[in-house]
Amino acid sequence: MLLQFNLQIILLTAQVAWQRSVRPALVRDAVLLPLLGFAGLILLWWVVAAFVSELMPTPWEALVANLDYILHPFYRRGPGNLGIGWLLLASLKRVLIGFGLGALVAIPVGFLLGMSRQAMMALNPIVQILKPVSPLAWLPIALAIFNLANPSAIFVIFVTSLWPTIINTSLGVSSVSKDYLDVARVLEMPRWRQIIKIIWPASLPYVFTGLRISLGIAWLVIVAVEMLTGGIGIGFFVWDSWNRLNLSSVFLAVLVIGFTGLILDFAVGKLQELVTHRPVSQVEA
Amino acid sequence: MVKPNTHLASSAAATTSKGFLVIEDLVKAYPTPNGGETVVLDGINLSIGEDEYISVIGHSGCGKSTLLKIVGGLERSTSGAVWLEDREIRKPGADRMMVFQHYSLLPWLTVRENIRLAVDEVLSHLSSANKQQVVNEHLAMVNLTEAANKYPDEISGGMKQRVGIARALAIRPKVLLMDEPFGALDALTRGKLQRQVLDIWENHRQAVMMITHDVDEALFMSDRIIMMTNGPHAKIGEILEVPFPHPRKIEDVRGSKEFFALRNHALNFLDHHFSQD
Repeated sequence: MLLQFNLQIILLTAQVAWQRSVRPALVRDAVLLPLLGFAGLILLWWVVAAFVSELMPTPWEALVANLDYILHPFYRRGPGNLGIGWLLLASLKRVLIGFGLGALVAIPVGFLLGMSRQAMMALNPIVQILKPVSPLAWLPIALAIFNLANPSAIFVIFVTSLWPTIINTSLGVSSVSKDYLDVARVLEMPRWRQIIKIIWPASLPYVFTGLRISLGIAWLVIVAVEMLTGGIGIGFFVWDSWNRLNLSSVFLAVLVIGFTGLILDFAVGKLQELVTHRPVSQVEA
Repeated sequence: MVKPNTHLASSAAATTSKGFLVIEDLVKAYPTPNGGETVVLDGINLSIGEDEYISVIGHSGCGKSTLLKIVGGLERSTSGAVWLEDREIRKPGADRMMVFQHYSLLPWLTVRENIRLAVDEVLSHLSSANKQQVVNEHLAMVNLTEAANKYPDEISGGMKQRVGIARALAIRPKVLLMDEPFGALDALTRGKLQRQVLDIWENHRQAVMMITHDVDEALFMSDRIIMMTNGPHAKIGEILEVPFPHPRKIEDVRGSKEFFALRNHALNFLDHHFSQD
């Protein structure tokens, strides 16, 4: 059973790696080496668990303890007692709403910053000062404004999503290839059509890079936010499991959070390929 | 041995009635950080006929691309002027369409959409069906009907440049400006594409100004070769008339004695100016 589960993980990883990167020449690169990596990690876990045996479960014990969660991800056993699938969906919902609102604000603002020197001079200092602030610092402010946990969590995700998208969008808009603009100039294209037909599509890959980074950070931050706000969600599940000294569930949550993050990133990448008709570069800012 | 028909540039342009495309006393200088200026082009005078194919040849950095950009309106001259049909050129315009060295295709549009974008902008008075027809004609002209729905990333360099040429010709410019159009291609593709472009030109003659650094290419394709001296202060050193009649066959041209005479003459000119540095 353990072996079977591990194989599933490895195959999925290999498949994702296969699609994301340059096609590996050998089965060894696609399957065996990742398999080796996972085996090493599990071995390390086992060794640590052998020394800290009172709290740390071994991989095998963790699997047995989590069987119920894994087999029934969508159970409802009374208020607050929900399967891990529901918790994951609740967290995803917060992230997607916050991220969506963030993108709606960040893309136009980034575009403005890229187009206008005055806007850049006026707004760039704000962006530069707020960017390094941990999004969690916004939580008390959000709680003061909304007085409710859920809108506050969404607000923190919203703020988190702003900066990478703003910065990358403005970079994309201001670095549109001169060649493309020369084509537009020779064709005597008016400015507003240049914006719609040249500058916007040319900067789309940068916009998507920003969105990918934003979504990645948002997914990181939601776990921490939910630990603080409580309620239904994968982050609170981690904290709640720790309070019940149930480390097995924490390990499960780590795995689930990791896979969900991977899938989110993959989904945005696919969307980018669909929209821009260009292969997604592996370079990330 | 044929003596190349050459004359000095300065004597060619001192006319009062302007020709089709006229470059007059053109100077281009860039300011330097220490307050001085670098003169790139120093007094260019040239007149091009309305169905003439000319090449501009010279070493890297002689300002030949700058000259083309000024004619295209993408750069301003410091003094002097360029006239197209007695109108002074001050800004870019679709009557002087460019074929760019690195193709400058828009990567988010298909081959067809790239050409259509130009047609939509310039031939906006046409109906949608007529625009479509213009696009299709030019796709066929450069043998790209099959690849019409591919994206630039999916086609070879030679195909990309054919799209660039189709895009330029589709909007029916008065002058076609080509900035080393075959420079980024491998030798085999280059030969094929030169042939294709010459075929198209021989069937639809118009004014062409082509920048190149390849003497063979210039001799094979053009009616006159403008040979530039080295920059800074680049001038027209010599103008070489190419006597081969159109339509040309590359084997005939390459086999002729005149070809070798002209080729040696041009190479000697370039060598001479290279060794001055």
